[in-house]
Amino acid sequence: MSSLGALADVRIRSRAAAYWTSLRYVILFGLACLFLTPVYALLVTALKSPEEVSVVRMWSWPDSFSLDNFRSVWPKLEEGFVNSVLVALPASLISSALGAGNGFVLAKWRFPGADFVFPLILFGMFIPYQSILIPMFQTMSYLGLAGGLSGLILVHVIYGLPITTLIFRSYFAGLPDELVEAAQVDGAGMLATFAFVALPIAPPAFAVSLIWQFTSAWNDFLFGVLLTSKDNWPITVALNNIAGSQAVPFNEAMASALLASLPTLLVYVLLGRFFMRGLMAGALKG
Amino acid sequence: MKRIRLWAPALLLMSPSLLALALFVYGFIGWNLRVSVTSWRGLLPKYDFVGLRNYAALMSDARFMQFDVPHIAIFTLVFVGGTLALGFCMALLLDKKLAGDALFRSVYLFPMSLSLIVTGIIWRWLLDNGNDASTTGLNKLLESAGLESLRSDWFRSDSAWAIAAIALPAGWSLSGYVMSLFLAGLRSVPEELREAARVDGANETRVFWHVIRPMLVPVLMSAIVILAHISLKTFDLFYAMDAKNIKIDTPALYMWFTTFDGGFYARGAAIATLLLLGVALVIVPYIAYTVREERRR
Repeated sequence: MSSLGALADVRIRSRAAAYWTSLRYVILFGLACLFLTPVYALLVTALKSPEEVSVVRMWSWPDSFSLDNFRSVWPKLEEGFVNSVLVALPASLISSALGAGNGFVLAKWRFPGADFVFPLILFGMFIPYQSILIPMFQTMSYLGLAGGLSGLILVHVIYGLPITTLIFRSYFAGLPDELVEAAQVDGAGMLATFAFVALPIAPPAFAVSLIWQFTSAWNDFLFGVLLTSKDNWPITVALNNIAGSQAVPFNEAMASALLASLPTLLVYVLLGRFFMRGLMAGALKG
Repeated sequence: MKRIRLWAPALLLMSPSLLALALFVYGFIGWNLRVSVTSWRGLLPKYDFVGLRNYAALMSDARFMQFDVPHIAIFTLVFVGGTLALGFCMALLLDKKLAGDALFRSVYLFPMSLSLIVTGIIWRWLLDNGNDASTTGLNKLLESAGLESLRSDWFRSDSAWAIAAIALPAGWSLSGYVMSLFLAGLRSVPEELREAARVDGANETRVFWHVIRPMLVPVLMSAIVILAHISLKTFDLFYAMDAKNIKIDTPALYMWFTTFDGGFYARGAAIATLLLLGVALVIVPYIAYTVREERRR
């Protein structure tokens, strides 16, 4: 009797579990639909022919697909797109390279005072940039770096340093002390240990750091709008200028928003797990 | 001498970064503080000293006190609360392995890879407040779902809470992030611990309350701190939604317009200093706590 009871109990429990699993799927699927609703509106609008587009028919399926919207906005976006590539690539490379060195020192070659310096570096990651905008603009103008791309690269490198340092510090913390000590016994100094012990194992950390920095630089608006003149606008500023007013045709706004997002979406789709790890680092979770 | 030889290369390697950060973070913060106690107005810098006059003026400034401060408080409340709740529920739903869970995770997280300018441009159209025949966006969707009672003028509502509508795009962008934080937290609870509690006769609710919940408190703290500081400093989302709409004006936008459009540098610097204080209030204890925890381990 008691074993029968136990059997019935198991059966009820497994039926409850199956019921719960289906319910989870239903909720998860519903949420996914909600998250994709804006994407649906974006895609169908961008792909409609310009004659067919009207704001009130935002949700209706296109009668015919067309790439005309992309053709008409691309010439206005192209320059900004190129500028953003020219800024985001060097900015992410330089700040990752510097972050690798900093991270190694802070993880494995702690000079006296390193414990004091690290939190001070971290703080730079969280400050509201409003609190440095005026001095930054003054300094960049004084140095003749306002207006062009090199000034924008410089500030992306500098304000990217806290997070790249953190990413590499967390990564190198996993490097066994014995390896570092063995290199020292062999007569290697700090730089040799960094170059021959730490760097060869660092590609995954570089992937996280590069992707994170590329995405931040690509998506930045505040520094771009303050520090560049019209010819050097990064994509976000160009986009806001094209699509950022109610007078702009709805279809052009959507098509340009999609074009401006392609690189980061591509990175996200292809290298999503590195993007995730960058996120965790940003929460100080290494 | 030996010590110098040991530490010099390390310091040398870090010195460009340390110098750059010392100047661009701490030097600039100090400089901004200096500007906030001047009467600088217009393009030419002016470094006189007027004490706390700019701060006092802000305290009786209608735009700042009657719009920006209540706005940012309402926005922070709705955005942080909503994003936390949604992110946490998504993490709970995805905690136990499920076929296709990676796909759901990616869908919930992808909006974060978009710039807030893009997010703002999309949502400005979704939250359009057209009436009758010109009804569109979410209102249209609600109408066709028979939920007309939920239609709203969103961020153009005639209400002090209009800015709460911006929590929709902001939450869309960031709830996947909160989900990832909680998922990492949930997965760090060792399965043996849960199993031990079950063997002791605890049901799933009690396992959650007594075993998992205490271990999620640090994650909850990080999530709150991160969302709150993002809420205070976000600029581009509001700018792309409706830059000059007083109903969604915030200190970050006021600082921008008064400084770089209006030339009121001293006032802008004072707003920026207050923003920095607000952010530091949540971030400094957080960094101190994280660093101390790490040292203990």
